Amino acid sequence: MHLAFLTNGPLLIGAVVFGFLFGWLLQRGGVTDYNVIVNQFRFKDFTVLKIMLTAVVVGGIGVAVLHAGGHADLHIKASPMLAIVLGSAIFGVGMVLYGYCPGTGLAAVGTGSLHALAGLAGMMLGGILYALSFPWVAKHILPVGDIGKLTLDHLTGLPVWAVFAVLALVAAGVFRFIHKLEQSRRP
Amino acid sequence: MKPETDSTPCCPLTAGRWNPYLAGTGIGLLSVLVFWLADKPLGMSTALSQASGACASLFMGWEKVGQNAYWAKHLPKWDYGTWFLVGTFLGALSAAVIGRRFRIESVPEVWKERFGPSVGKRMAGAVMGGVLCMYGARLAGGCTSGHGISGSLQLAVGSWTFFLVMFAAGVVTAMLMFKKS
Repeated sequence: MHLAFLTNGPLLIGAVVFGFLFGWLLQRGGVTDYNVIVNQFRFKDFTVLKIMLTAVVVGGIGVAVLHAGGHADLHIKASPMLAIVLGSAIFGVGMVLYGYCPGTGLAAVGTGSLHALAGLAGMMLGGILYALSFPWVAKHILPVGDIGKLTLDHLTGLPVWAVFAVLALVAAGVFRFIHKLEQSRRP
Repeated sequence: MKPETDSTPCCPLTAGRWNPYLAGTGIGLLSVLVFWLADKPLGMSTALSQASGACASLFMGWEKVGQNAYWAKHLPKWDYGTWFLVGTFLGALSAAVIGRRFRIESVPEVWKERFGPSVGKRMAGAVMGGVLCMYGARLAGGCTSGHGISGSLQLAVGSWTFFLVMFAAGVVTAMLMFKKS
């Protein structure tokens, strides 16, 4: 089943437009700033968590509604758990050292960050290293702990709407906690 | 960094910075729009790894790149993902220029406070961080956008694992890097 409205030429124009909006939102959200991202991991600035959790709840409910109505396909990645745990740990170290992730780094180059550009070159090198090590990784890491496309609703046995209700409540709790913390730190 | 005073609530187009909940809602709605119209999740690192294949072709040659088991599945080409990258760059550039926030920056504030004003040191850190980011993202099968946002919003267990482990590893790294000695 392929539900895309846009194909071929219009799809590529759509790609530029969607990318443009994404880059715009990242810059306006403040996450093209090294200081904002690194300070999230030091619990001195909560912009990153606020943006990500809001995007996940809003986007998740929207996509679930579209999917339930038969207007969108899901695109869940296969989950080789050993690779995900190792990869995300390496990624977390890299994100703090770089001060950006792949998307915000590319966007930050557009805002004039030269060190983001240096990191982009590093990302190219990282991609090359992964491709060169791929035969070994595919043999020894990727097959370990593959849980397929398992989702939280299947894991818990709850209906999708209930998972989103819990998720929205958790997000609201986190935002409330952050708000109180920010209030208490205000001089 | 003066986010509060820099934003002018009257003109959201030129305002320096938006409320993070508004930006997050925007990214969420954009995800929905892209799922609906393009049948794609938001993601960055797959297209970036294709670009790395194009970079590798400069010194390995296209033939060797095409023979690589990974790039064979992610051939460098001007497809949806690559144009999305172009758009992301242009969008951030436009937002920065229109909001008068475009600044050439070599050493950011927080880095300078801890590691000093050396440009070489910061560039070396950024390159190393970039290498780790991309290697980790490819090993995990996604980054902050592909797993963190797109995967999590589809409730994928693997993506939520990525989100939590990445965050924990980042917090530990930040503690070690910025520890007062």
